[in-house]
Amino acid sequence: MTATAEVSTGSRGAQPPVPDGAITLTLKVRRFNPEVDDEPRWDSFEIPALPTDRVLNLLHYVKWYLDGTLTFRRSCAHGICGSDAMRINGVNRLACKVLVKDLLAGGGKQTTITIEPIKGLPVHKDLLVDMEPFFEAFRAVKPYLITYGNEPTRERVQSVADRERFDDTTKCILCACCTTSCPVYWTEGSYFGPAAIVNAHRFIFDSRDEGAEERLDILNDIDGVWRCRTTFNCTDACPRGIQVTKAIQEVKRALLFKRV
Amino acid sequence: MSELTLDKPRSPRRPAARRSNGELYSWLFMRISGVALLVLVLGHLFIMNILDGGVHRINFGFVAGRWASPFWQFWDLAMLWLAQIHGGNGLRTVINDYARKDATRFWLKVLLYVSMVLIIALGTYVIFTFDPNITD
Repeated sequence: MTATAEVSTGSRGAQPPVPDGAITLTLKVRRFNPEVDDEPRWDSFEIPALPTDRVLNLLHYVKWYLDGTLTFRRSCAHGICGSDAMRINGVNRLACKVLVKDLLAGGGKQTTITIEPIKGLPVHKDLLVDMEPFFEAFRAVKPYLITYGNEPTRERVQSVADRERFDDTTKCILCACCTTSCPVYWTEGSYFGPAAIVNAHRFIFDSRDEGAEERLDILNDIDGVWRCRTTFNCTDACPRGIQVTKAIQEVKRALLFKRV
Repeated sequence: MSELTLDKPRSPRRPAARRSNGELYSWLFMRISGVALLVLVLGHLFIMNILDGGVHRINFGFVAGRWASPFWQFWDLAMLWLAQIHGGNGLRTVINDYARKDATRFWLKVLLYVSMVLIIALGTYVIFTFDPNITD
């Protein structure tokens, strides 16, 4: 690539022409570089954006044309992989699913969009967090099929009604939006968190699975479902529209009445 | 075959589930005692503050008259125990959620449990040993 460092420090050189209908907005990003900073700091960027742009486009614009050191995760950029969960204007969202037009300030005022890393997980750099505690809780609920006895010679048949019971919780993409929006998780990292409970729910209520009791025992413990305060932050945050709080309540009910 | 070595091994496993229903029962207790306290406390406030001239008629004789009846003794006893345990359990939850260090958590809980036991014991003692003829 040709050197254009004079006008830009982004990874793709000079800024592209501003498209018609673009609005200049301010992107305020919470940044942290462990090699330089003692404390996280705020960086602001002026960015020309179309109302149809996604917040992810704004981050790309910064990384490609303004400051190549901005660090964040993204993979598919279409709301499927769950890599780009972040706090946008104070709520957890996938940057690839939020449109600029939904964040514009009314009355012709200057729009400022704040971006922070998801809360409750250690920050490696900028918007990049250590997901390991999140996945540790996920693994701890045994999110895989458990069966006993001989394997059937044919497929494990399931009725439509039985499939329906856990349909909602199969949608999880493990983006951590829900878990890192939970105030209990912020202050107590040993809480399993909504995502782990959602993925336990997916197997507990599966008629083909026989490990419900093990998982219910795990979630009955001090860091399990009884920690949930039903603040509904998780349900609000879920980019897949999963009724997370409802799933947690269903696990509570299964424990309470000893019936799945 | 050489063993795969990871730069950052997986985080330590959680302790195994203890197969105890303690958290379940405490959750259930909060719901049931909450409903009971609604009746007990609102009834108490109504009798003490609104009925028959409210607070102005409360004096030693009024209390003595009420506690002569086992019904009011039981009412006040139930209110004392449920409010203490309900409130104490709620505070225990708050401490579990917000105390960052194990030592802080431990000492806050000690303080909480000691105060709960003291207040329950003192209140129960007064209700059962109240002597209306104390001034004789």
